[in-house]
Amino acid sequence: MEENTLKAQTSEETPESILKLKEVQQQIDEIKSKLEGLSKKVPENKLSMIVFSGDLDKILASFIIATGAGAMGMEVVMFFTFWGTSVLRDTSKQVGAKDLMGKMFGAMLPKGACSVKLSKMNMAGMGTKMMKSLMKKKNVASLKQMIEMAGELGVQIYVCEMTMDLMGFKREEMIDYPNISFCGVAKFLEEAMKSKVQLFI
Amino acid sequence: MSEEIKADKVMDLKGMPCPMPVVKVSKGIKEIQVGQVLEAVTTDPGALADFPAWARTSGNEIVKTEQGEGTIRFYIKRKV
Repeated sequence: MEENTLKAQTSEETPESILKLKEVQQQIDEIKSKLEGLSKKVPENKLSMIVFSGDLDKILASFIIATGAGAMGMEVVMFFTFWGTSVLRDTSKQVGAKDLMGKMFGAMLPKGACSVKLSKMNMAGMGTKMMKSLMKKKNVASLKQMIEMAGELGVQIYVCEMTMDLMGFKREEMIDYPNISFCGVAKFLEEAMKSKVQLFI
Repeated sequence: MSEEIKADKVMDLKGMPCPMPVVKVSKGIKEIQVGQVLEAVTTDPGALADFPAWARTSGNEIVKTEQGEGTIRFYIKRKV
């Protein structure tokens, strides 16, 4: 007799409690999807930087910030575009099959980290030479060493595909760097949107 | 006398300017175990601001800072 009433009670409550459970489940799902949306908006511990300048001083600053950020545990992404791109050319690599404009740009623009000049006080190369010897004396890492260090720290380098095409640079003439790839503006913006820090140099 | 801190690893960063000390220390700290102490000696005056900033963001702890003549000695405990 007692068992029967118990059964009756539970069977009476079942449809209602199922309904309630479904409601709760629905609410949890709603909260979950809202949280997911929010977490996408929270910036990551990342630094994204546009390196537009091809000047030694500015590129040095970019790499100091990039390696510093890497040391501080940040993910670092550098986008090289326009004048900045020529820094990433490897002096030891020769590529043929360039058109006239490509050859001209190739010859006129600095090739590689060793041939970039100061933005100020270059004085036909004298200033840059003096700065370099001063850097050596003061034990400041050279641009080449900085690039190597950035590679060790896992700094990702993206190169603007449009600049490459515009200036007639070939992928084969770029430096051997562990994390180098080629992209357009959308890739940069995607990374920038996720980054806590964004810089344009 | 203040208590002696036993370092598990010592790094000589004398003569290195920014950003090398911080870059080297971030590598060096990974070579010791969590809870162990890294001793780093630098001549970079900027390190007085940089090392604490690096420690705060990387989640490690500077347990002691000693300023000598032209040198700064940091004792950093690996926390993460």
